[in-house]
Amino acid sequence: MEIEQNFMEQSMSMAKTTSAKSTRLALETRQTDPIKKIFEESEMAQHSFTDTPAKIVIQDMNFYYGTVQALKSVNMTIPANKVTAFIGPSGCGKSTLLRCLNRLNDLVDGTRVEGTILLDDENIYRPEVDATDLRTRVGMVFQKINPFPKTVWQNVAYGPQLQKIRKRATLDTIVETSLQGAGLWDEVKDRLHGSALGLSGGQQQRLCIARALAVNPEVLLMDEPCSALDPISTGRIEELLHTLKERLTVVIVTHNMQQAARVSDLTGFFLLGELIEFEDTKKIFTNPGDSRTEDYVTGRFG
Amino acid sequence: MKFLQRFFASGTLFIWLSGGALACSLLLIGGLLLLIFINGMGYFWQKDLVQLTLKNDTRVLGEIVDTQRIPETVTADFPDGQFRIQLKVGNRDVYGLDFRWVDEADIAQRDWPKDVIAFERREWGNFYGWVTAVWDGDSPLAEGRNIAWDVWYPFLEQAESLHQEIHHIERDVIGAINADMERARLSLKTLELKGNVSQGSTDSLQQDIQKGEAAYQEQIQRLVGLYERLNRYRVTLMDVTGKEKTFPVGGLVKAWRPNSMSVWDKTKMYVKNFWNVLTDEPREANTEGGIFPAIFGTVMMVLVMSVVVVPFGVLAAVYLKEYAKQGLLTRMIRIAVNNLAGVPSIVFGVFGLGFFVYAVGGSIDQLFFSASLPNPTFGTGGMLWASLTLALMTVPVVIVATEEGLSAVPREYREGSLGLGATKFESLMRVVLPCAMPGILTGLILAVSRATGEVAPLMLTGVVKLAPALPLDGQFPFIHLDRKFMHLGFHIYDVGFQSPNVEAAKPMVYVTTLVLVLVVLLLNMTAIALRTRMRKRYAGASV
Repeated sequence: MEIEQNFMEQSMSMAKTTSAKSTRLALETRQTDPIKKIFEESEMAQHSFTDTPAKIVIQDMNFYYGTVQALKSVNMTIPANKVTAFIGPSGCGKSTLLRCLNRLNDLVDGTRVEGTILLDDENIYRPEVDATDLRTRVGMVFQKINPFPKTVWQNVAYGPQLQKIRKRATLDTIVETSLQGAGLWDEVKDRLHGSALGLSGGQQQRLCIARALAVNPEVLLMDEPCSALDPISTGRIEELLHTLKERLTVVIVTHNMQQAARVSDLTGFFLLGELIEFEDTKKIFTNPGDSRTEDYVTGRFG
Repeated sequence: MKFLQRFFASGTLFIWLSGGALACSLLLIGGLLLLIFINGMGYFWQKDLVQLTLKNDTRVLGEIVDTQRIPETVTADFPDGQFRIQLKVGNRDVYGLDFRWVDEADIAQRDWPKDVIAFERREWGNFYGWVTAVWDGDSPLAEGRNIAWDVWYPFLEQAESLHQEIHHIERDVIGAINADMERARLSLKTLELKGNVSQGSTDSLQQDIQKGEAAYQEQIQRLVGLYERLNRYRVTLMDVTGKEKTFPVGGLVKAWRPNSMSVWDKTKMYVKNFWNVLTDEPREANTEGGIFPAIFGTVMMVLVMSVVVVPFGVLAAVYLKEYAKQGLLTRMIRIAVNNLAGVPSIVFGVFGLGFFVYAVGGSIDQLFFSASLPNPTFGTGGMLWASLTLALMTVPVVIVATEEGLSAVPREYREGSLGLGATKFESLMRVVLPCAMPGILTGLILAVSRATGEVAPLMLTGVVKLAPALPLDGQFPFIHLDRKFMHLGFHIYDVGFQSPNVEAAKPMVYVTTLVLVLVVLLLNMTAIALRTRMRKRYAGASV
């Protein structure tokens, strides 16, 4: 952790000294920037989100791994039924923040949380909140594709079964709708009782999405869901996000700048545990308010 | 110089060294197994009986078991040296010894008489010779050298079925009667101890005892009749020197004519002998007969141990790995557990004797079996205490293997499960433990391997030379964990080192060793097959 931070500081200072010299170069590259193209081709990201209701409100969030502070006074409001992307270099705390949203960090030894996270105006860190209940409302898809070594059906039915749904017919319906919701039904409907580990990587990740959808969450957290996938599988998951956000709120961590630009409505840029900028995705990528954001999104460091 | 440096750097030498080490150990293990296999399997093959006429005109009949070079006999005439052969001459009651060495130089002639008969007897080992007379009571049915097989062999077969009937009555029928009487007697004594001896309650028990006594006498009468029938027919056998010996046909187990048997006949007999050793009970201080009770005792003890050790070890490992706060204490416990696995087994035996047998067993007797005191029920060695002692000895192995299995379960599985609203317990039961199952089974395999071959602690906690009854039978409550039992490992020690006739017992030692190795192999294969199935089910679990 510390080594990573030192490295980050070094690369940042290097970026600062070189930024002046390369401004002209950057301007030229920006003309052909693929991210720019995304916005030229689509009409999205034109809206302002100030009028959409807030789903999650993060207030003065501090997070510590032992003595190392991973998040420094983060404040942000995540609107409902939108896709919010967290970007930033490795070790900047974006995954940590994501895992705070369903209290998955509770289980890591030696961690400490300060501040509040409101989900529908209720602080999820109040002691009387049951973390397992919270996690059924806030689902998660992981970077490392992790279907259980069970059948496809058992994977999707896992969550509902935990909620004591025992009726086979009900479970079958949930499995089918969840798989359809994840765009996987047609591919696996004939092999529901085959091992989930026999599916391709992309299918496995969509199975994980279906598994998360099966408990009918209000928020879906995605931690670099496409980092291990080929472009075609990535494309399918990105398409899926557009339909999913009609039902729920999506928060996605990604290292892929283009992906953030393509799928998200809002983007937060993190650096060394701080939220540098949180704006409409279009603004972040075309006209960022902070020079560090600009350096990062134009690929000058990170 | 440079060549040498490059040679070392290339690792060729290292490959040779490591490969050589592996080859050496494989060779040693293979050689050991081969030795046991050849000696063990050779025991069942019936060799021809050779009749030697020596230069001093004495005759010897027997089976050649060994040939040795006599030391310092290499001369110009004998460039290979001279040899002596060891014969199994049998007829221990006549000669006093089963085995005899003969110098090849003394042999004038070798014959293989076609009509010589080998007898297996219930006492005194084998007899090699001929039948010269058959008796019904005191009157002869037939006499003369070499009486036809058909005259006396039916009596032998009849005797065999009589023996089976006697065995059935002695063990099952009388055993059941005794068990009932013992129960009634204990109930009576319990009532007396409690002090509430009312007329009605004791009367029925007294009647039960009397009824049992009557039934017992009845069976004894039956047995007397059977024994009379068994001893009615007798045969006179003559050995190669012309000495004769007469005894009841019931004293013979089987007879065969090795020198006129075809290879096919011998093969059939080989299979039958092998089967008999596996299924029969031992005779003659364990040196003859079969080893079934020892096989049964070994397998049952290992199974009882597995039933105890797996849940115990897995629960301990789960707490240590999943629930305990990791720190100095857990580290120290881990070190202690690892060291426990290295404690000599006899130490566990002493602990088992002191704690399980005397403390726990003694208390159980005081509380539940006080009527039969001072005869101990659980306060003496037995199947349960031996199994528990071995479970204690092998639990570190299971703990360590389970912990490793748990560590191998990817964090993503746990988080995936938790992320769907599972509690830690639900994640453990539904995802983590099933994935750790191959590791747990590895622990079981190691535990079984170690426990099956263990002898020292068992000698203190319940293994005996000869157990009168199996720990599992048809009498209520069917599983008798308080009973003492026989064990293959101890059987090897007993037959090989404690028997009065070591030379005759040698084949039995090899056979028992072979069976022990096979039992270990079988138990391990079962566990390994189970693990392979689990692995297949969770294939790619490490993705």
